[in-house]
Amino acid sequence: MNPGGVFGRIPNPYPGKLFIVEGIDGSGKSKQLGLLAQWLRSQGHLVIFSEWNSSPIVRETTKRGKKRQLLTPLTFSLIHATDFSDRVERDIVPALKAGAVVLADRYVYTAFARDVARGVDRQWVRSLYRFAVTPSLAVYYRVPLDVALYRILSGRPKLKWYEAGMDLGLHTDPSESYRLFQKRIQEEYERIVPEYGLAVMDATLPVEAQQRVLRDLIRPHLHDIVRDPRTVSPEPEWHP
Amino acid sequence: MAPLKHFESYGQGIPGTKLDDLSGWLIVIEGPDGVGRTTHVNRLRTHLERLGYAVAETGFTRSDLASKGIHDAKEGNTLGANAYNLFYATDFADRLENQILPALRAGFVMITDRYIYSLIARAIVRGADPAWIKQVYSFALKPDAVFYLRITPQVLVPRVLADGPFDYWESGMDVPMGEDLYDSFVRYQGRIIEELDALARDYAFHTLDASRDVDDMAEELCDSVTRQLTRKAAGPAA
Repeated sequence: MNPGGVFGRIPNPYPGKLFIVEGIDGSGKSKQLGLLAQWLRSQGHLVIFSEWNSSPIVRETTKRGKKRQLLTPLTFSLIHATDFSDRVERDIVPALKAGAVVLADRYVYTAFARDVARGVDRQWVRSLYRFAVTPSLAVYYRVPLDVALYRILSGRPKLKWYEAGMDLGLHTDPSESYRLFQKRIQEEYERIVPEYGLAVMDATLPVEAQQRVLRDLIRPHLHDIVRDPRTVSPEPEWHP
Repeated sequence: MAPLKHFESYGQGIPGTKLDDLSGWLIVIEGPDGVGRTTHVNRLRTHLERLGYAVAETGFTRSDLASKGIHDAKEGNTLGANAYNLFYATDFADRLENQILPALRAGFVMITDRYIYSLIARAIVRGADPAWIKQVYSFALKPDAVFYLRITPQVLVPRVLADGPFDYWESGMDVPMGEDLYDSFVRYQGRIIEELDALARDYAFHTLDASRDVDDMAEELCDSVTRQLTRKAAGPAA
């Protein structure tokens, strides 16, 4: 039964391009997206960044829910979908209509992986996000769990309650809970990759090598898109 | 203590929540803005308490989690239409988990002043895909009964006007649906009523004619709910 359809059935109808990086914490995807943005701008493209939790009104509620531990798997999923929806309507769609290159650090796949790891129904969450624009390309940063965990946990961070998945009661120790939660999330990502045809990046490669691969993946999508008028070289002066 | 009974959700249920420890009754009062739901909920509550039932109630944007955010967003009208739909869904989910389920576990009669149906109607009127928004709300529990206070816009308008000026949101001015509050109210509530009529068929509401005298209407509602409660007490839920 699939009355409402699921995310990903409607292709991006706009002139702009939407590129996504996805992966667990510590996969190095954010750094790669930053480097990609620099390169795209140097090529004269209009680049817009989009991140989770960017809608001011909804952010207040999300913060309150997290701080006071009011969120359940269901309301965690819905409040993030609310925020995401506002971000799509307010930031992503207008930029795509204007023909920009929109770079998103995490997209619907994060919700699919994280919410399902929390026990939310797989089909329900895919239907919930049906309104989202299908990206031109989404790249999954695949990294061994131990490598990612080492990158995050060696800094001895103060893990937040929901970040560590403490709401699931997997373990009383936040670091242990975080490990178990990230493992579940990673398993969900591995299911999403073939389902949605995400490109896979070997996130153990050196930074420069990953960036070369990423640019090669992006390049075929860059034909016929608007460039930033400020950076396009002027026409050669006409000397009669 | 009311006996345990079988509640189910429309879809895959509520993550991490078993529904096998519920008793009580979930009674929904539906109807457009201004039809007199608050009056009827209060009268129904008094009536049921006199009969010895423990009664709880809830209504829109009364969640601990999201009510403040929704009110703030409405102040500035700063959220996109679809984000509003999902914000209301968040508010509803929080009330379902923190108000409705605990009341049902404790064997209360839970009266809810509107349920997912009004939320689905308002989303559809604002352009949401009907199949999508119904799927979003598929985690909701199926109530024991939905009583729909039905009225026509023609009868509704003078009643609302008698209570003071038209409300911006109740007139759908965020859409907007007319040049001024009056035009927009009539059109907006007319569309809401159309959608509620359609939902009444899909979800088998008990439709009550709310254009009648308030006392007659209240009596019929109280009698209908009492019948529902005694019927359920006599045997297991269908």
